[in-house]
Amino acid sequence: MSASESGQGTNPAQEPGLDPGTAEELEQERARVAGPPVGDDAVDTASRLAKALQQTMSSPWTVSAGAVLLAIVAGSVMIAFTDEEVKAASTYFFARPGDTFVALGQAIGGAYAALFRGAVVNFQADDLATAVRPFTETLTYATPLIAAGLGVALAFRAGLFNIGGQGQMLVAAAAAGWVGFGVSGVPFPLHLVLALVAGIAAGALWAGLAGLLKARTGAHEVIVTIMLNYVAFYLISYFLATPGLLQAPGSSNPKTPPTPQSAQLPALLGERFNLTWGFVLALLAVVGVWWLLNRSSAGFAFRAVGENPRAARVAGIDTGRTTVSSMLVAGGLVGLAGASQVLGAITTGFSSDIDAGIGFDAITVALLGGSNPWGVLAAGILFGAFKAGGSTMQAAEGIPSDIVLVVQSLIVLFIAAPPLVRAIFRLPDPSRRRAPKKARKTKEAAA
Amino acid sequence: MSAEHRTTQLDAPLSETTRTVTVVTWKTAGVLAAITVLYALLLVAVPHAGDTRFVLSSRNDFFQIPVIVLPSAPLAWACGAVLLAVTAAAAVLTARHRRTPTWLVVVYAAAALTGFLAWAGAGSPRDLSVVGLLGGAVLWSVPFVYGALGGVIGERAGVVNIAIEAQLLGAAFTAAIVSSITNSAVMGLLAALLAGALVSLVLGLFAITYHVNQVIVGVVLNVLVVGLTSFLYSQVLVPAAETLNSTTRFSAVPIPVLSEIPVLGPVLFRQPLLIYLMFLAVPAVWFALNRTRWGLRLRAVGEHPKAADTVGIDVVRTRYNAVLVAGAVAGLGGAFYTTVQLSQFGENMTGGAGYIALAAVIFGKWDPVRAAFAGLLFGFASNLQNVLSVVGSPVPSQFMLMVPYVVTLLAVAGLVGRSRPPAASGEPYVKG
Repeated sequence: MSASESGQGTNPAQEPGLDPGTAEELEQERARVAGPPVGDDAVDTASRLAKALQQTMSSPWTVSAGAVLLAIVAGSVMIAFTDEEVKAASTYFFARPGDTFVALGQAIGGAYAALFRGAVVNFQADDLATAVRPFTETLTYATPLIAAGLGVALAFRAGLFNIGGQGQMLVAAAAAGWVGFGVSGVPFPLHLVLALVAGIAAGALWAGLAGLLKARTGAHEVIVTIMLNYVAFYLISYFLATPGLLQAPGSSNPKTPPTPQSAQLPALLGERFNLTWGFVLALLAVVGVWWLLNRSSAGFAFRAVGENPRAARVAGIDTGRTTVSSMLVAGGLVGLAGASQVLGAITTGFSSDIDAGIGFDAITVALLGGSNPWGVLAAGILFGAFKAGGSTMQAAEGIPSDIVLVVQSLIVLFIAAPPLVRAIFRLPDPSRRRAPKKARKTKEAAA
Repeated sequence: MSAEHRTTQLDAPLSETTRTVTVVTWKTAGVLAAITVLYALLLVAVPHAGDTRFVLSSRNDFFQIPVIVLPSAPLAWACGAVLLAVTAAAAVLTARHRRTPTWLVVVYAAAALTGFLAWAGAGSPRDLSVVGLLGGAVLWSVPFVYGALGGVIGERAGVVNIAIEAQLLGAAFTAAIVSSITNSAVMGLLAALLAGALVSLVLGLFAITYHVNQVIVGVVLNVLVVGLTSFLYSQVLVPAAETLNSTTRFSAVPIPVLSEIPVLGPVLFRQPLLIYLMFLAVPAVWFALNRTRWGLRLRAVGEHPKAADTVGIDVVRTRYNAVLVAGAVAGLGGAFYTTVQLSQFGENMTGGAGYIALAAVIFGKWDPVRAAFAGLLFGFASNLQNVLSVVGSPVPSQFMLMVPYVVTLLAVAGLVGRSRPPAASGEPYVKG
């Protein structure tokens, strides 16, 4: 989530000053030792304090906080300009300016309070369970975002841009759903496992097809995954409209029958909450992807091919095979998202819009998470919170939940551009501590 | 790449004669064979008797071509024979280490399409309007072609433009408002131009000035503009739909004489102004990129910014310049939605057209003319469903709708192959 992490894997040139920075600190230290002993303890403490303050101000976390603040301000401006009561009060602004400000405060404060109430804690609730319910809703929304975000992030690390999340989710949902209601007589845990495996395998195969085409023929994965999205959409539409495949018996709507109890992900916190064990699966996927990328030889090959395919090939890595296997794993993760939707969140039957844009949201989640599994987890929960809060905000305050998209995307933009945030808040730049260097140069010139 | 077959005449003298290197692969022949087999399977599995009525004329032509009624099964099989012949020719050429010429592939595509339409329209009492099929394709390709042109300009300068979707949607939104207020489609078009450039300015600010990963900026801008336009749509446009969201549209302007040529006339010369502009824009962009100093500098910056900087080209300024022009061109495509297609803006009305334009950029190998033809192909794909729904299709409509995308997949895999983007595309330039 931090800016330096988000630079990793996506843009190494973003933090050019890391190594020179430490080198300069060494220089500073050396200069202090070599130079004449100036100042007493008080001055030293003061400079240390200043240094600590400077470090805090230039830390990536401050920049992230600044980015969130900026995005919230931008959202407030949008609310302020479109709120009816603010408009009404501003017509007599010069007569009674107070009214405008009260209306502004009510509109903006009400919106963000509703967002918080819908996403984190409902402070108007009577009992504890109702109070914490919003956060469990956040985690429910976050589950598919985390899983699909991991899929996109993993492909990114292998140098592939997987825009095919929609198609992979649709295929996975169809496979998991079909095993769910098409297969009967299998007891609870086994049925669920079968459906999950079917969904994950279907997603993996759909993405693996894109990887295979890329590896075998050199077709660009962006085109291939987009085209496969359309193919999957029409394929699922056909299945949904055909009795005996996915269409609910006795119905003419393009909708599936509900998922039977034996194939459903059980509730994690009891029946009162919508949160299912799907979230735990997503957490396991985070750990699994972290292990795969950072502790396994396959993950090393993924990253090597992603960083520099030529060097990887010279080092003896089969780039074609790596492309296919990374897409297989990525598709499996997106497949988990699709399966968890059908088997956990929406068990009443689904139609061809089951992906609900998650395949595309996953790209933003992966980017915000810096293509790093833990970052994706945090970004997924943040975006889940926005989704959960956005609907509450729309219901309670009448503000379209689309504003959430604006705030979300502004956060990602600002976090990706630390220099801009630092310029706006006049924060010091960690890579610009050049003073000792200049001193050394003059010393050399003198010598 | 096991199927790849390389012949290199290494023993030829290097000095006097030019060394010829021919890379011949079996991919093209393989894909053609695969499509031929699929085609034959379709005809065998779902036989479809009856006649197909091809209509070539429209009312205003010089002379009327009578409705051509052909027995569909023989026609479809005749086309199948052509497919087989082309496939065999491609195989023979490949075996002799020669490439399959493009015209052969075009003949193949035309035969496949004719056969497919003959088979699909068999026995239908309705006419299969060739003019409607092609004219609609030109119309529907407008956002793809403009978007692809914008994508090509940006990428040739080294800035990956994934924000085409944002430029289209932002432009459609702005054009809707301005055209509604001013009651002038031309003003809407100008506003769309500015809106596209404005999105580009944000893209440039983050991608060029702040060196943010261009893919991130592009994807995020797409989300940002969807959120922004949807929010403003429901908060501002819906309450005042009469004044702010009922646009004045471009009407079709028939060009005198030319529009009366049978088939070609109504397809190419009885269209709204925005389409004529597109006919001009494609060669204009090609000329600007390949025959002007501006284009040379732009391509230099996209291939090797450091070298360009060394000879005194301002990399940052050239890139900003290119990105702004790219945004404006894509903006023209966005205007299509609210000044040609519909007379009002709707939430997320571009529906992923920007991503298809992006595919057209890559399909067209970053060349404006090829990218425009790729855009035309996708336009044809979008229009095919309209025509087939009139004729009534013998196989489930979903499969018919899927065909263009499957063909694109096969074409990209078999005919285009490894595409090479501009060398510095996607890389921020840090001076020093």
